[in-house]
Amino acid sequence: MEVRLFATLRENRGKAVRVDWHEGINGLAVMESLGILPSAVAIYLINGRNANPDAALSESDIVSLFPPVGGG
Amino acid sequence: MATSYNGKILRVNLTERSCKVEDLDLNLAKKFVGGRGLGSKILFDEVDPKVDPLSPENKVIIATGPLTGVAVPTGCRYMVITKSPLNNMIACSNSGGVWGAKLKYAGFDLMILEGKADKPCYINIVDDKYEILDASDLWGQETEHVEEVLKGRHEGCSVLNIGPGGEQLSLLAAVMNDAERAAGRSGVGAVLGSKNVKAICCASSRTSVEPADAAALKEVVSKANKLIKENGVAGQGLPKFGTAVLVNILNSVGAYPTRNWQESEFDGAEATSGETMADTVLVKNGYCHRCPIGCARVVKLDGKDRAGAEYETLWSYGASCGVSDLDAINRANWVCNETGIDTISAGCTIAAAMELYQRGYIKDEDCEGVPLVWGSGDAIVKWTERMGKGETKLGKLMAQGSYRLCEHYGVPEFSMSSKKLDLPAYDARAIQGIGVTYATSNRGGCHVRGYTIAPEIAGIPEKLEMTSIENKHTWSIIFQNLTAVIDSSGMCLFTSFALSADVYAEMLNAATGTSYDVNGVLEAGERIYNLERLFNQKAGMKPEDDSLPKRLLEEPITGGPAKGSLSRLPEMLPEYYKARGWENAFPTAVTLERLGL
Ligand code: SF4
Repeated sequence: MEVRLFATLRENRGKAVRVDWHEGINGLAVMESLGILPSAVAIYLINGRNANPDAALSESDIVSLFPPVGGG
Repeated sequence: MATSYNGKILRVNLTERSCKVEDLDLNLAKKFVGGRGLGSKILFDEVDPKVDPLSPENKVIIATGPLTGVAVPTGCRYMVITKSPLNNMIACSNSGGVWGAKLKYAGFDLMILEGKADKPCYINIVDDKYEILDASDLWGQETEHVEEVLKGRHEGCSVLNIGPGGEQLSLLAAVMNDAERAAGRSGVGAVLGSKNVKAICCASSRTSVEPADAAALKEVVSKANKLIKENGVAGQGLPKFGTAVLVNILNSVGAYPTRNWQESEFDGAEATSGETMADTVLVKNGYCHRCPIGCARVVKLDGKDRAGAEYETLWSYGASCGVSDLDAINRANWVCNETGIDTISAGCTIAAAMELYQRGYIKDEDCEGVPLVWGSGDAIVKWTERMGKGETKLGKLMAQGSYRLCEHYGVPEFSMSSKKLDLPAYDARAIQGIGVTYATSNRGGCHVRGYTIAPEIAGIPEKLEMTSIENKHTWSIIFQNLTAVIDSSGMCLFTSFALSADVYAEMLNAATGTSYDVNGVLEAGERIYNLERLFNQKAGMKPEDDSLPKRLLEEPITGGPAKGSLSRLPEMLPEYYKARGWENAFPTAVTLERLGL
């Protein structure tokens, strides 16, 4: 499945990575496989919508991870 | 007792070519804090709200806050308060750089410009000396050149000026300072232009402002600096990527208005994002005076270091015009700075013109060799030049902003504005709270009057579901009130990602000798917000002016994660008015009495 990374989370990882999907995998497991601490993720999206990282993912889901961002 | 207010106003009568220094009523200053609040109070008291904004009877108040020039993080801001020629309502545009601090160091809290000079002039302030000088040789010149000439003429000065846009009374015209900082919105530059004021130079031998309680200030500043440094947004995101870090997030949630809000996802987002900018053209960060954050971008353009586009500009010239050419966007941004026009409204006006061209209202022959096609980098640069310099028939019309442009063709609904001020880069169909904030903004479509994007997108101070309307009116009011105080204090709004109301209260108390608590700070903000609203009421504002473009209320988002969404403003607005103590969009007598207005 596709995981998109943004801002500082791209460092040493790139813009997007593929993570092997298996039944029951959730956002926390995706973060762990990429060496990203859940506390470093301020915005977690599944298919562009805010979601809970505990929730199980399906194979076609696109996950987006953002560190704290803001501006104006 | 010492206080960070100077207690002095510089009043400049341009008609009589005279200046005088007046005492500032410190009790009034404390009631309205300074900057935006105090400036609005003076405008309210001294200017008939029905006045023609471009007539000599309108006044321009350039006001610092009690924390401007004080050793607090971002203590550098000033505001331009006047009656807006764009929408005949109150205008207050905020800028950083160092100019505001220099005015404070020179010994003034604010300047009042009144009347009209008979020929182009500029004002030169050096500490307690001030003079009105001839600017005939500078009229017609672009901002960088004017700044260079005046810095050569007046040693150590910082320069505030208008470009050709302001001289030609463009309703997009900004007041520029320190080369690339802008009090951008509401056409404030045109009011200076109408008075024949080209520039104000300011220099001082002082480099600091004494607070009321130096020890208390030191303590709270050390706390504030730590909070900023440790904050993910103010301490890391903004320094590293600037405000442009928002491009990808807003696009990912499908709330990134594209092609004049006909779509809400942009396939060129990555190419015009903060991340791409950092990897390609970024040279270094830019910092306003006393700022530890440094959100500004310095980029390479034609081999020179130039101010780069920030989030709103990357959007207004990028997604909004369908342009994914970063170089063209940075170039258009530079032309805005040089000609002194607002990058948000200028980009949005071109986007509106592109939709009029798409729909056949604007014809090829009107375009004089530069077709207004979606995605054209050439078009955004050339039409910005034409608007900024008042060139070509259509360029002159576009220089009056998207509302008048679309109205001219009989379709004002294609102007994506509220109170004629172009909306910024967050789709209010997908993000509900920002919609009620845009609609109720006293100056019109604006994100920095109440940045509910912080909770709705970034989860600061807590995560709100962007699609929900639950309690959004309350959040909007709290953000609007707190922002009014931050603007009035002289600090930058971006500190609010890290600082809460109690920290601002502590800083104000240490600097001025006041004794605000959190409630006192929010009440001062509420007072300022209500005063602005009263000005608008007397100026002729109607309840239906608290609105959003028809497209946001009737045309659902066509694709992406927010597909099908519409703004639910009609449900939020009554709740908002009730919570504010307003009836039919205006404060009730009880509310005014409670706020001491
Ligand atoms: S955060 Fe940005 S806009 Fe605010 S004071 Fe610092 S450099 Fe200026």
